[in-house]
Amino acid sequence: MFKQLDRILGGCLCALLLSCGLAGAYDYPFADPYVATVVGTPTEYMEALPSDVPVKFETLQMFPEREVPGILWNLDELRYSYIRQKGPAPLIFLVAGTGASFQSAKMQGMQKAFYQAGYHVISLSSPTHPNFIVAASTSGVPGHLTEDSVDLYRVMQAVWKKHQKQMDVTDFFLTGYSLGAAESAFIAKLDEQEKAFNFRKVLLINPPVSLYNSVLILDEMLAMNIPGGPDNFNAFYQRMIEAFSEVYKNGDRVEFNDQFLYEAYKYRKPQSDDPLEALIGIDFRISSENMVFASDLMSQAGYVVPKGLKLKRYHSRTKYIKVLSRLSFLDYFRGLFLPYFQAKDPSITEPELIRQMSLRSIDDYLRTSPKFGLIGNEDDIILLPGEIDYLRDLFGDRAKIFPYGGHCGNMAYPDNVKAMLDFFQASKVN
Amino acid sequence: MTTDNNKTLRLLLLALTLMCVLFASGCSTTPKPNANLQPPLHKADDVIKESVVYAIDVYDPFEGFNRRVYSFNYYFDKYLFLPVVKTYEFITPNYVEDRVSSFVDNVYEFNNFTNNLLQFKLKRTGITLVRFVVNTTLGIAGLWDPATDMGLERQTEDFGQTLGHYGVGDGPYIVLPVFGPSNLRDTTGLVTDTVAFSVAGPPAWVDDDTATLVFSGVAAVDKRHRESFRYYRTGSPFEYDMIRMLYKSKREIEIAR
Repeated sequence: MFKQLDRILGGCLCALLLSCGLAGAYDYPFADPYVATVVGTPTEYMEALPSDVPVKFETLQMFPEREVPGILWNLDELRYSYIRQKGPAPLIFLVAGTGASFQSAKMQGMQKAFYQAGYHVISLSSPTHPNFIVAASTSGVPGHLTEDSVDLYRVMQAVWKKHQKQMDVTDFFLTGYSLGAAESAFIAKLDEQEKAFNFRKVLLINPPVSLYNSVLILDEMLAMNIPGGPDNFNAFYQRMIEAFSEVYKNGDRVEFNDQFLYEAYKYRKPQSDDPLEALIGIDFRISSENMVFASDLMSQAGYVVPKGLKLKRYHSRTKYIKVLSRLSFLDYFRGLFLPYFQAKDPSITEPELIRQMSLRSIDDYLRTSPKFGLIGNEDDIILLPGEIDYLRDLFGDRAKIFPYGGHCGNMAYPDNVKAMLDFFQASKVN
Repeated sequence: MTTDNNKTLRLLLLALTLMCVLFASGCSTTPKPNANLQPPLHKADDVIKESVVYAIDVYDPFEGFNRRVYSFNYYFDKYLFLPVVKTYEFITPNYVEDRVSSFVDNVYEFNNFTNNLLQFKLKRTGITLVRFVVNTTLGIAGLWDPATDMGLERQTEDFGQTLGHYGVGDGPYIVLPVFGPSNLRDTTGLVTDTVAFSVAGPPAWVDDDTATLVFSGVAAVDKRHRESFRYYRTGSPFEYDMIRMLYKSKREIEIAR
């Protein structure tokens, strides 16, 4: 009901904008936000970026004393990447979105765009990525914007310490997408006091307003859109594989690569948004499974693994992924996250914790600081009705809101890449 | 030709020895039970239902062994295979790399031909034959692929797919050393394809051991160069499980074609 209302409202808005000629020039191909979120920007519509960039991979030990459980043996060092310019240039830090690593497709796109525009680039995984939880999270309990930002800020300083001799840096910039955008806002605030970088400009790309609201939306997409409920996931999955088989069999020149989803979409456009919502929900659930499993072991919470059970490198973990596939983010919030914070501070309440996980908790700072910019989408699916208006109000003329693109679907679209670069370019001293 | 057979046999023997060693190193996949531990908040027995089919469940009786090979492959990649591939990429211009890929693909059309034929996919068998002739002549020994530009797409088939086409089930999941994810059916297919290729395919036509050896090496490096998969790169603690599920589905899709 709300969804429909929302869509009608969105449609009216688009029509309004079009009639004013404001959005007429924006030709991103998918007006359906769920298609945009799932398919993203197909190669033929993408900003042309270099295919080879001189990216270097590095690891860092944030807690040399830390004992990592055998089953997480390969995650004990924090991995990240960087690209160095030959001469003096500004340095930009990139923070990945929920569950994403420093080398997710979106991160690689941003990395290339900024490198091509003349920046040193350092790419960091999200604090919700298992590698970050194991190697760089102080608490092992991810999801709290302030705490995660403190961890990220420490990582940034450690990375910078490691590379400052080889990088001639003129200025420090910061950006992130999705959850990484919300974290960037909190990092910038921390940086005002700590002054390790004095970030000159900070860009938030498709941030959630309230983390809690957004994850509930994503939880719901899975719960509501698998016909027959999550117990029938296998049937849904098999139907999807059959549909893909058909595409592979009958489509021309279809290969298994990044374009496959787009090919599948072109071959047979879904009748409704339901399967797309399910896919988005599944993707989020997979990220949550990884995150919660790492968190459970690192914080010894006894959430799905018995407290004190020693899981080793070659032990089977299929049982745990099956359990976690049935648990929502809300389950994590109530069963692990909240108890952890209440153990630390018994006076903290659930509403207060939810409030802290929101850009609204630093409204004053974001409203007045001139260093911020925002890129958002009118139809971002992780926002509740009214939240995009809140962002528009919060950032005023520092906000650039595109008429569509869903959640991060249009990040690689030329207009978006240009908006991202232009924001920093205006102040780039070189 | 006979030496080729011997080589294949020796390789198989080596693989078997390695398997035995890995087996001997213990395959327990569950931690020692400890009655003193408190059950977790969400107990597996409460959440997992007998009546529900889970997509993530794949028949994997050798899981402990497979996980060890998976790990072995990571180190093999890291310390041997990928450094060689990187060196190859460093010294070879992209243009030349593409020519090498075309050449290798063209030589392996033999397997596509036999397996399309075995499945009585006659049109595809014909396309494969024409591709081979066109690319070997116009494409100068297969260095270029003009056939694709003419609309004759590559029709990949292997013996694992042929077996699947005739209803042979997956069998247990197997992670092969170096080759990676497989199952009993596809391993059988791989061995059959390899033997057929060396006994009746291009190596037999050329009948030159050195050339065959060089080609095998180049083909292996070229294949890894084109494969972007890296062990443990996802950072997911469930990577092994996810790959196992996706491998099964990928093969289903390929067999259905």
